Amino acid sequence: MIGLPTPSDRPTALDRPAPAARRWPRWLRRGPMEGLATALIAFGIFMLMQPVSLALYGHSFAVILTGTLAFVVVSHFPE
Amino acid sequence: MMDELSNSPTIALKAAAATPDRVARRLQGLSDRTLAWLFISPTVLLLLAINIFPLFWTVYLSFTNYRANRPNAPLRWFGAEWYHRILSDPDIWAAMQVTARFVVATIVIETVLGFALAWLIDKKFRGHGFWTTMILLPMMLSPAVVGNFWKFLYQPQIGLFNYAISFLTGVDPSSFQMLGDVSLSPWAIVIVDVWMWTPYVMLICLAGLRSIPDYLYEAAEVDRASSWRQFCSITLPMALPFIMLAVLFRGIENFKMFDMVNLLTGGGPGSTTEVASITLKRQAFEAWRTGYSSAFAVILFVAVFGLANIYVKALNRVKSR
Repeated sequence: MIGLPTPSDRPTALDRPAPAARRWPRWLRRGPMEGLATALIAFGIFMLMQPVSLALYGHSFAVILTGTLAFVVVSHFPE
Repeated sequence: MMDELSNSPTIALKAAAATPDRVARRLQGLSDRTLAWLFISPTVLLLLAINIFPLFWTVYLSFTNYRANRPNAPLRWFGAEWYHRILSDPDIWAAMQVTARFVVATIVIETVLGFALAWLIDKKFRGHGFWTTMILLPMMLSPAVVGNFWKFLYQPQIGLFNYAISFLTGVDPSSFQMLGDVSLSPWAIVIVDVWMWTPYVMLICLAGLRSIPDYLYEAAEVDRASSWRQFCSITLPMALPFIMLAVLFRGIENFKMFDMVNLLTGGGPGSTTEVASITLKRQAFEAWRTGYSSAFAVILFVAVFGLANIYVKALNRVKSR
């Protein structure tokens, strides 16, 4: 019996992740995706306020809007 | 506690008996959920009327040629034309840069001063409660009041600020104008914002410093870590989420700063202090380009909304600590 898991060691249904969370790809988890969306928003704000390029300024709104919408969507992803 | 529980049916019966028949008949059969909705519905309706509806109306107007001074003129659909014009307009771009300079300058100074003040106050010297209250006073004033009395302080003839500078540097007090000089006016606004909002940053940093457990410093003392090492390895990393919170909050607030700039300089001299919100006001209520200014307002709103998302994320991180 040595080495075999005792009944209390065995994973129960509560320990296992929910089926939906198990199917969810690791790279699509909330943490990294929120980080990506945050970086997009921060870059968009930088583009909006930088003094170097009018072209960057011109695309800033699209980048901020994409980042913000992405943030709203990915914040509902499983952790 | 047990008495209260055992008496609760009696209390409920008494309350039921005290309710007028007319009201009781009307409420009979309503679930707790329905009652909850009944209670919050006035607030929800008010919010919809004064927040949500104007927001959607602004988005709608940003796609039209609507002018508020000619409400009966035929409305034409412009699509994304205003957005395209704003995002290729060098004047608006310049206003965004003025805003950026203002935001960066105020955030850097307020964070450094606020953290330094919090660090001093955290030392709990004699009378620190009194000095905390004194430092917090500017934050409690209305921006309109602050703007008006700093306008008096900056007067070159009678203003105390010019006399203080004259006393410290020896230059003639009437030889410079804080609000009328192109190079000094942005700094005049930065000084006022720093004076008013450094206490707020100090409060948040103080909360961060007070949340650091003492045993970390005791362990560092045992390891004979120097004060500088303790500051770099314990104080700063532990207080960093709070500092980030303060930076984000002040960033959002200063990004949409209007009242102080409008009262102090009105965007002048020329367009030296014309931040984005002043440009917005000029387009909306001086040039009466309502559609154009609505599109600009939507762009600013999306930027602030994005920043607010980052702020909430930082807040959750601080909460989970």
